[in-house]
Amino acid sequence: MQDPGAGSVSPSSIASTPPERSGRRRAGSVSPSSIASTPPERSGRRRAGSLSRLRAVPGKLRRHWRRSLQLRVTVTTVLLCGVVVLVIGLILLTQIRDQILGVKTTAAIAQSTNGIRYAQSQLAAVDPINGDDVRTTLDRTRLQLTERGGPAGSFYVVMFTGAGEEAIPVAGLNALALSVPETLRAEVRNGVQSYQLATVDLGNGVPVTTLLVGSPIPSSIDDFELYYLFPLDQEQTSLALIQGTVVLSGLALVLLVGAIGAAVARHLVRPVRAAARTAERLASGRLEDRMQVRGEDDMAVLATSFNDMAASLQLQIRQLEQLSRLQQRFTSDVSHELRTPLTTVRMAADLLYAAREDFPAAVARSTELLQAEVNRFEALLNDLLEISRYDAGAAVLDAETTDLRKLVDRVCVATHPVAARQGSELIVAVGGRAVLAEVDPRRVERIVRNLIVNAVEHGEGLPVEIAVAGDDNAAAITVRDHGIGLKPGEAAQVFSRFWRADPSRSKGLGGTGLGLSISLEDAHLHGGWLQAWGEPGDGAQFRLTLPIRAGMELTHSPLPLVPEPRTPATTAAVHAAQEAGRR
Amino acid sequence: MTGRVLVVDDDPALAEMLGIVLRAEGYEPSFVGDGIRALSAFRDVRPDLVLLDLMLPGASGIDVCRAIRAESVVPIVMLTAKTDTVDVVLGLESGADDYVVKPFKPKELVARVRAQLRRGESEQPESLSIGDLVIDVPGHLVARDAEPIALTPLEFDLLVALARKPRQVFSREALLEQVWGYRHAADTRLVNVHVQRLRSKVELDPENPTVVLTVRGVGYRAGSR
Repeated sequence: MQDPGAGSVSPSSIASTPPERSGRRRAGSVSPSSIASTPPERSGRRRAGSLSRLRAVPGKLRRHWRRSLQLRVTVTTVLLCGVVVLVIGLILLTQIRDQILGVKTTAAIAQSTNGIRYAQSQLAAVDPINGDDVRTTLDRTRLQLTERGGPAGSFYVVMFTGAGEEAIPVAGLNALALSVPETLRAEVRNGVQSYQLATVDLGNGVPVTTLLVGSPIPSSIDDFELYYLFPLDQEQTSLALIQGTVVLSGLALVLLVGAIGAAVARHLVRPVRAAARTAERLASGRLEDRMQVRGEDDMAVLATSFNDMAASLQLQIRQLEQLSRLQQRFTSDVSHELRTPLTTVRMAADLLYAAREDFPAAVARSTELLQAEVNRFEALLNDLLEISRYDAGAAVLDAETTDLRKLVDRVCVATHPVAARQGSELIVAVGGRAVLAEVDPRRVERIVRNLIVNAVEHGEGLPVEIAVAGDDNAAAITVRDHGIGLKPGEAAQVFSRFWRADPSRSKGLGGTGLGLSISLEDAHLHGGWLQAWGEPGDGAQFRLTLPIRAGMELTHSPLPLVPEPRTPATTAAVHAAQEAGRR
Repeated sequence: MTGRVLVVDDDPALAEMLGIVLRAEGYEPSFVGDGIRALSAFRDVRPDLVLLDLMLPGASGIDVCRAIRAESVVPIVMLTAKTDTVDVVLGLESGADDYVVKPFKPKELVARVRAQLRRGESEQPESLSIGDLVIDVPGHLVARDAEPIALTPLEFDLLVALARKPRQVFSREALLEQVWGYRHAADTRLVNVHVQRLRSKVELDPENPTVVLTVRGVGYRAGSR
């Protein structure tokens, strides 16, 4: 979990310690600074800006889409089925339409050819000298052709007589004659039988899709053109009917397949959801919860395996719990069994120590050593018992609303004698406002005391600065010294148990080597952070960040871990103290 | 100052050592080694203070503490090796006035003993009121509507401390200093437990106190009428 270099500005390094690491001793050296953070600070990942309501709706849909397998399966099935139905429907409709039109066209051409033959025979019987006769014959032929009927359904007949542009319709210039398109007539005038589809007005004011077949009538008298007009309204009606049927059945098919997809997905998703719910209940501590096993299919296998897993987990957890209870019990017993004789030793040593002036020199010195070592032994025993209580998972948070400023003041008063002995001044910077937080005051006091004693121990007699600040979410306490600082990587190690940066260094104030480990555990118990920063020659800073209310998650700290560059005032104070120290 | 101190402890070495320290301070110690004989020893000796080890063979220290408290208001100081809140609060709730955590320094123990024995000395004629209660300080009497309420000396001192300055809000630390005689004291659990015990005796409805009021995040103050 070490992460040197991340987020560093300059030759500093930032490292994160796992919660197990602790204990702090450090030594001076010339190299870059280091920062330890436990746990790594999370950047506020909350999306910036306010999402408008309009954007919230698709957001909700998208979330539902992402979260519901059933929805995805159903929608995908419907879409795929829709595409298939659409393609098939289009092909089907095109083919039906082409088929209908083909049959119609063949019949129409056949009828047109018959008509030409008939007209030809009529015209052949006409005496070309008498013009009136031609006109009558044409009129009669047209009427007869109209009345003959044929396999291609209802139709109209138009005839033109005359050459080229001057041709005139036989029945006069009526709507039917006007509806014959020029392109068709041009082809017919060239002597070719041809047909065309066009939307034309057949005299009742409504444009109708019409099949027009035209052909010249071979004759020695004059140029004649014969046109058949077949309105396609019947065919269009049946085509529309077929279209409607295809669309309706297509829609029904898509819906049916969608419903089947949803049902199948639901069937498959239900056991998955049941497994998820059971897993959640297991996670929330209801270890005896199991899935229902029905039948012998794949789902039953899933449920059985799931239940086996849950049973095995339950067993392991129970064993661990029992182990923890045993360890707790043992710790408690050891604690009592050791403390009682230690109390007697302690009292006896104190009595001897109080009377040491009456003893010979060697005995007096022995008494002093006894007294000091009993003190050390007691501190070590207390720390060991505390650590083992954490290891057994027996530590409980006893939180109450506390003003951290007052707490820090109290600790400063209590640690003042220690600081004074080392020549360090304790400078406390607190804001004007109370910093209230729901914390376990005894644990936080212990953390602050450990940090201050540690800072004094490594502060080379220079001032130790303590700051307290809070906001709506978090409260922070920093302890800064101007001693030898930390080498890169050491910031992560200071919290390790019994860790000493420089084994040759004297044990100074007689710390147990467990103080910072316990402090780290105390901070974690609060859901807080305890982090270290240091630079060789520039001292170190420890920062404790705690949530304002128990159970809140930390996202930031009200105080920076890396101290601001010194203000002239503090620089002057430090220099003055350094000068004084040199003399 | 003289005073009879009953030491209830099963460890002979520690008991003897306690005896040496107490005698050096001018107290008269007597000893009993197990929980079962503790109560009869208490009746014989009629001590001014009891030093009680919480872990005893026979009856547990908690039971002994309850038994003594049932028949006497004598100050009880527990000796305990356990610092977990559950254990401390259990001991205090069974009637102990204060506790010392093993291993302790002789001076620490003597300070605790002295603070408990100092109660009820040198008081001027004084009558106070708190909530709807009337306190006769030299007579050690607390009454509601002329109906006396029995309090231990410690509870009495706690109530008097609050009643003397009815406008002041007392932090737990301030009360520890004033009532228990701690100087830089830390353990606010002592105050919490004893305020609860006091409330159970003086309040008409301990859930809605009117005599000893909680000021959230700060401490306690006296209730007005």
